[in-house]
Amino acid sequence: MSVSSVLIQFLNGLASASSLFLVAAGLSLIFGVTRIVNFAHGSFFMLGMYLAVWFSDWVGFWLALPLAAAGVAAFGFLAETLLLRRIYRAPELLQLLATFALLLLIKDFALWAWGPEDLLGARAPGLQGAFEFEGIGSLAGALPEYDLFLVSIGPLILAALWLLLNRTRWGTLVRAASQDREITGALGVDQRWLFTSVFVLGALLAGLGGALQIPREPANLNIDLSVISDAFVVVVVGGLGSIPGAFLAALLIAEVKAFCIGLGFSKATLVMEFIIMAVVLIVRPWGLLGQMPVQVRGPGAQRRRLAPPSILLRWTLMILVGALALLPLASAGYTLVLLTDILLFALFAASLHFLMGPGGLYSFGHAAFFGIGAYAAGIFFLQVKLPMELALALAPLAAAFGALIFGWFCVRLSGVYSAMLTLAFAQIVWSAAFQWDALTGGSNGLVGVWPAGWLASKTAYYFLTLLSCALAIFCLWKTVYSPFGYALRAGRDSPLRSAASGIDVRAIQWSAFIIAGLAAGIGGALYAFSKGSISPEALGIQRSVDGLVMVMLGGIQTLSGPIWGAALFTWLQDAASRNIDYWRAAAGFIILVLVMVLPQGIGSLFQEKR
Amino acid sequence: MKLRQILAFAALLLVSIGSEAQTIKIGELNSYKVFPAFLEPYKKGWELALEEINRAGGVNGRKLEVVSRDDGGNPGDAVRVAEELISRENVAVLMGTFASHVGLAVSNLAAQRKVVFIAAEPLTDKIVWENGNRYTFRLRPSTYMQTAMLIPEAAKLKKKRWAIVYPNYEYGQSATASFKKLLKQAQPDVEFIAEQAPALGKIDAGAVVQALVEAKPDAIFSSLFAADLQKFVREGNTRGLFTNTVVFNLLAGEPEYLDTLKDETPEGWWVTGYPWKEIATPEHKKFRDAYQKRWNDYPRQGSVVGYAALYAIANAVKRAASTETEKLVEAFKGLAMPTPFGPIVWRSIDHQSTMGAYVGQLSKRGGEGVMVNWRFADGAQFLPPDSEVRALRKE
Repeated sequence: MSVSSVLIQFLNGLASASSLFLVAAGLSLIFGVTRIVNFAHGSFFMLGMYLAVWFSDWVGFWLALPLAAAGVAAFGFLAETLLLRRIYRAPELLQLLATFALLLLIKDFALWAWGPEDLLGARAPGLQGAFEFEGIGSLAGALPEYDLFLVSIGPLILAALWLLLNRTRWGTLVRAASQDREITGALGVDQRWLFTSVFVLGALLAGLGGALQIPREPANLNIDLSVISDAFVVVVVGGLGSIPGAFLAALLIAEVKAFCIGLGFSKATLVMEFIIMAVVLIVRPWGLLGQMPVQVRGPGAQRRRLAPPSILLRWTLMILVGALALLPLASAGYTLVLLTDILLFALFAASLHFLMGPGGLYSFGHAAFFGIGAYAAGIFFLQVKLPMELALALAPLAAAFGALIFGWFCVRLSGVYSAMLTLAFAQIVWSAAFQWDALTGGSNGLVGVWPAGWLASKTAYYFLTLLSCALAIFCLWKTVYSPFGYALRAGRDSPLRSAASGIDVRAIQWSAFIIAGLAAGIGGALYAFSKGSISPEALGIQRSVDGLVMVMLGGIQTLSGPIWGAALFTWLQDAASRNIDYWRAAAGFIILVLVMVLPQGIGSLFQEKR
Repeated sequence: MKLRQILAFAALLLVSIGSEAQTIKIGELNSYKVFPAFLEPYKKGWELALEEINRAGGVNGRKLEVVSRDDGGNPGDAVRVAEELISRENVAVLMGTFASHVGLAVSNLAAQRKVVFIAAEPLTDKIVWENGNRYTFRLRPSTYMQTAMLIPEAAKLKKKRWAIVYPNYEYGQSATASFKKLLKQAQPDVEFIAEQAPALGKIDAGAVVQALVEAKPDAIFSSLFAADLQKFVREGNTRGLFTNTVVFNLLAGEPEYLDTLKDETPEGWWVTGYPWKEIATPEHKKFRDAYQKRWNDYPRQGSVVGYAALYAIANAVKRAASTETEKLVEAFKGLAMPTPFGPIVWRSIDHQSTMGAYVGQLSKRGGEGVMVNWRFADGAQFLPPDSEVRALRKE
């Protein structure tokens, strides 16, 4: 690279960092104060883009910027006051489910309002041109004027936010609430007002970030998910709740990507941010500029004692399994196919719940274990040419091995940091599956993973799935009530006391990872043979999110919850997508209603004995 | 008298059987929510064909019925949806899918369940070659074919230093591999000096354009599309990448992608696409008029695909005089039929249709992008020799 080229790539990185910083700063503020993992933050960004394109037809680009940001802020105000405010007292992470529903609703709203085609916005008037850099005999490169504007806007917003947080009373309250929400409340600060204002500011920043992006990128319907994962990474790398950290992290990630491209390693950009996140978290467990989080108290942290299942629940479950076993007498068709999926996902959700509920270990990348199981089955069967039965039996061990490695790192972190490290690992595995053509078939995946003759019929495969999943879930539950399970819950509720009474908390949690990985791997291996093919989506972010949604829908505090959650979610997707055009919005709406009506999850209907 | 009564009765019986005859059910599945820009026109295309076919009395005296589903955009869900269509809806044929990996998964299921599957949209070469099977047929010209269609113009330019930019997944990778191989054959002294492979949908356009400017290529081959293409074009225009560099871009002339570029449309790019306004063949005019009358909108590439895919099934059922799978497979092999793009044949060697595409250059006209200097490239002429195909299909 020539000198001018290095300079241009450096400025490219700075320009990209700016809008990334805006989204991440909002997300970080919201999380810091309200503890909401706002999944819809990327959707706010997307709304900002669409609104800016729309407004700029009427009032021109520059006026459209504040208008779009204000529009998104207004939407954020409505979402917080009408929706999120009602569920702050619900179990942790339930807000994540609500914001996931918002994401679905906003996506279909944008499709309905602005149509399916990408909308390329206008260039910024007055900044259409580019500064050219002369090289020897020819052009060495050019930098758009608008990019320089972006480069300057990032630090400006950072300075403004810093002043707001450090030189105003409101900022002091926000910082106090970020550090210790309960004490702030106890000192008489009106939390409702504080939460609303922070959420609105976060939405405003996301909307502005989106609006600023339209001269560089068309408004499109896929941007929400792509932005939210980037923003999460930036927030975590920078340190949750730290605005300067978010700026630093945005800068670091954008620069590394720009130079990967400049030096000819463009393929590495697929996973670079996740590698950076993994390294940062391993070296600095609370991010670059983050601080050790205060132990969460209050309603979110209160957990009921896990009682043994009630007689009613035991009978319900036994009758259910019996009915499922008899079902093939009545139907040999699609019902079995759908139930096979539901059973697989029930096991997947139960394994995630095993970590999140009794273990208190959040995982945003649980699909990694499901996917490793599925890929291992495919690879053993197609590449190693093992018999199908053997491939199916060995594959979960590969998933357990994956959990053994990832778990070792993850149990050294806590809370959302640990969850994000699982996400980073999942994305690294995903990109390996995506790019390793010879072994995994690349983006197309592996095709032709079919069960052996005696299991080929739908009925036979259904029985196999029912037997394996019921057995695996039963074992998971048995484990929860075993001494190991008690030790696991002790480590969750009070790590210090557990350690004092001689429990090796990390070793217990590490084992929990391996058990959960093994169970998810069984689900994955069965999944591969039920579909006949396996592709990178099986271990993508979407699958991990689906797992979280199932667990939260079912209720994290009940043991049988994940099963009901998995059944409802899978059935809902299947039925809604068949009958309704805007099925994502419909699913989002139903999830919202459930969140409101049953904040403890569907499982609370089948409550375990007190 | 008696004979006449019997004849009348028999005739009545036949008529009543005819009118009570069941519809022919076609299972259609596609990623409507993931790729709406391409698939809404596609849906309008097959809906138009369905109405036309049924207005003309259906096929073999039976009306067609399409059971359409959203496949969720991922192989796992798509396979479940296809199973539902097969076992609950009892469809005679499957058609649809968009992304390659979804198409491959459904194609594999079709072979397992022995159901005919018309892969309408997927472009991957594998679906008819490496992973080809008896029950899968593909309509659109593949990645290989569309790449090959650009080679004559690319070789004519005698540009020596080429740079390549492609989305980092199978479509982009195989387009790149085919382009390099074919251009090297046509022009042995060619050099490929730079390659950029951004992640699909996440191109960092400024950095990619700068890296290409620095490499100083004479020409660029790109297989970017959708949002990636728009970002690349805008950055390239602003940063002067295209002033002295010729660009070849697969698919960029398709209205789905071209229309979003508007006044950014780069002049002189060579592309494959669909100049719907200007194609004046009678079969295309008929299609375009009917489409515009029905939907009050102009046809896109997807419209033609949906329209032709459903007609293909109708033609095959007619030829087979049956909806039995094995007979349908035989009927599809070598089936010749008209489409809005002219006559096509479904090759029996690899089940690929010979549908072509239009090759031309981009230009701006009144703030809109159009294709100029275009010609029709017949798909039949851009396929590898049969021996190569047989080797790929391992037959």
